[in-house]
Amino acid sequence: MGCSAFSKKNMKNKILLPFAIVSFLFIFFILYVGLNRSNIYIPETVINEKIPTFKVKVFNSEKELSSIEIFKNDIYYLLNIWASWCIPCRDEHPYLMELKKNKKLKIVGLNYKDKVKNANNFLNELNNPYTLILSDTDGTIAIEWGAYGVPETFLVYNGKIIKKIIGPMNNNLFKEIESAVK
Amino acid sequence: MASLIGFYSLFFSLGCSILILFFSFKNLQDTINFDNKLLSLTFLQLLFIILSFFGLIISFVNSDFSNSTVFNHSHTTKPLFYKISGTWGNHEGSLLLWLLVLTLFLFLFLISSKKQPKKYRVLTLLFQQIIIIGFLIFLIQTSNPFAQIYPVPSEGLGLNPILQDPALAIHPPILYLGYVGSSIIFSSVLAASSTNYISKEWAKHIKQWVLISWFFLSLGILLGSIWAYYELGWGGFWFWDPVENVSLMPWLALTTLFHCVLVLEKKLLLTSWVVVLSIATFTLSMCGTFLVRSGILNSVHTFADDPDRGLYILIFLFTLIFLSLFIFFFLHKTDGQNNNTFFWLSKETSILINNWFMMYFLAVVLIGTIYPIFLDVLTSQKISVGPPFYHKLIIPFLIPFLLAMAIGPKLNWIKSNLQNKSHLLLLFAISLILSFLIIRILEISFLVNTILFTSAFYLFFITLRDFFIKEFKNLAQNIAHFGFSLLILSILFNNFLSTEVITNLKVGETYKSDELSINFERIEKIKKQNFEAIIGKFNVKSDNELVDILKPELRIYNQPNIVTSEADIKTDLLSDKFMTMNLVQNQEYFNIRYQIKPFMIWIWFSVIIISFGGLLSFFKKKYEK
Repeated sequence: MGCSAFSKKNMKNKILLPFAIVSFLFIFFILYVGLNRSNIYIPETVINEKIPTFKVKVFNSEKELSSIEIFKNDIYYLLNIWASWCIPCRDEHPYLMELKKNKKLKIVGLNYKDKVKNANNFLNELNNPYTLILSDTDGTIAIEWGAYGVPETFLVYNGKIIKKIIGPMNNNLFKEIESAVK
Repeated sequence: MASLIGFYSLFFSLGCSILILFFSFKNLQDTINFDNKLLSLTFLQLLFIILSFFGLIISFVNSDFSNSTVFNHSHTTKPLFYKISGTWGNHEGSLLLWLLVLTLFLFLFLISSKKQPKKYRVLTLLFQQIIIIGFLIFLIQTSNPFAQIYPVPSEGLGLNPILQDPALAIHPPILYLGYVGSSIIFSSVLAASSTNYISKEWAKHIKQWVLISWFFLSLGILLGSIWAYYELGWGGFWFWDPVENVSLMPWLALTTLFHCVLVLEKKLLLTSWVVVLSIATFTLSMCGTFLVRSGILNSVHTFADDPDRGLYILIFLFTLIFLSLFIFFFLHKTDGQNNNTFFWLSKETSILINNWFMMYFLAVVLIGTIYPIFLDVLTSQKISVGPPFYHKLIIPFLIPFLLAMAIGPKLNWIKSNLQNKSHLLLLFAISLILSFLIIRILEISFLVNTILFTSAFYLFFITLRDFFIKEFKNLAQNIAHFGFSLLILSILFNNFLSTEVITNLKVGETYKSDELSINFERIEKIKKQNFEAIIGKFNVKSDNELVDILKPELRIYNQPNIVTSEADIKTDLLSDKFMTMNLVQNQEYFNIRYQIKPFMIWIWFSVIIISFGGLLSFFKKKYEK
């Protein structure tokens, strides 16, 4: 019995040990690569793609708008996907407030998977940087934009995405937007 | 001067480590006697680390700005208390605290384990020394707390105002006693595995260490949570921030470990569980340190982005993991009887079920915390994982977990029948009806809420009843489980009954709603040593009767120049009244946030009950059969 128990354990080890080693090496590799990546979120190359067409409810009202009605030509739009439960959104909020002062730019908020009450509280507390807020309660519109989560920001001009920011905005990205709009 | 002494003490203590390594290898050949030189050296090493730590504290107290840590994190106008607590409010100083706990626990272990086998003690010492050496080199190489600046600046940069808080001043030391204290469990289990000493005696002896770590870790997390509640000003107590998660993960592992050690002590079962969990607890603690200190994740505790530091901890962490893997697979001997003695209705089975639930919760938190890194590296996609993820994955599984917690302790070891089935059913019926009524009154319509309330009430009533049964023996366990049911109930009620008013007011204005009115009477300015405060006075009335006067503050700290918002909280047994005020940009209006948060104090209180329940089993001499 002692012998069989031993061989059984041996068999188990033969599978488990390589498996454990490989998985830990994999985790090490990922963390190693992750470490050397900059934490500044790098925009993806979806630039110059047309914005999706969609219909959406306006936040705090029953009105529905289509994408053509929202994004007019010859105006810069910043579509910002946000939610009250998203902590990085709080971090980037001052930048949005600062961008609001730029007269050439209109900031459109897309409220992502949020409760109306919480979202309103968020705006009351931190102020509202948006000229228009759209409501995306089930997150489908964010998916159409190719967004991965919150926050994400798209700079739109003449119906095309000219810049995409994944994750919260920072000082460099803020300056890039300012100079792009000029 | 103090800095210099502190700096050289680190080298002396590294010297001690090398001597200890040398003598312990030598001592391993001796079969009988434990070399007392080892104990003396360990004590000497502890003294050097204490000296170094005091060197840093004195540099902080004297505002010695030739020391770069002091320069970066202190200021002459800080009150003494925060000068001292500033010592561990930064990366370098907190690592020195790590080392202090590592060496302190090792010393305490050696003097309290004299009855244990010699070889096991020497090996534990050896493994712990490996960790100590790793951290000493890390400290000296990449995060020297005594780095000099020349020319000496005349003034420091100041401590982050949100860290200038009594709860947060004692939060790191308490948390570290648990967090880093788990290192001794790690070293001990490696030693016990290597010498084939995983036994009932070992379980009895290591149980104390598991308990101490667990107790301090629980209190440390609680302090952090209380601080976040009143300082961050959002009125929440848990945000699923990566740094909270990395303290929760070792806690889950440690809690599971504690239950397994109990089984091991009684029945010599679950040995592999104990070994793996002991290893996991400490590696998770280190992993947490890696995640928040390397800057790989964004978090409140990210002191500085420095990939070199991250790389060092990462390599060190994986060295320890592979060392543990080697010991677990090649030296640890599992007893072949493990599977034969489990009967489906027994205490050990219910603990096994508890283990799997805890592992599930642990996995959820782990995945939520590190999955974004994996996704980023593999596909360059960025995601943010928020509370909805954790709530959706954890809450439904709390239900069976609570029920198992209620019934599990009623079972006997090995094999049992449920006795007194009638009261189990009766209490369940009561819980169900009560929950149903509550759900109806609160007008929340979800089925899952009814079941959740029922299971929480069930655990509550069952543990409550047991307090009044005379022949009942396991008081510690019952208190802890009772505390847990109280915690879940408080969180549920808090979540469903909280109300909130957010409005913009200027001085003299009154906000009115159906239930209450808030009158902004006046503001006053006060100057303190390290900040200026603008204090608002608000009268909250309900049905024209004055209910509360609340005085939230805005603090303008002088060094660094940061505005923080201090909530004013009126606490009583039933609810917290919570008010914050914030400046509205370029206007005379203030943004006022008034919240009524029921049972808030019970959340803190129940965590304390849980912790002390656990602690009580420390003093328990006789165990139930």
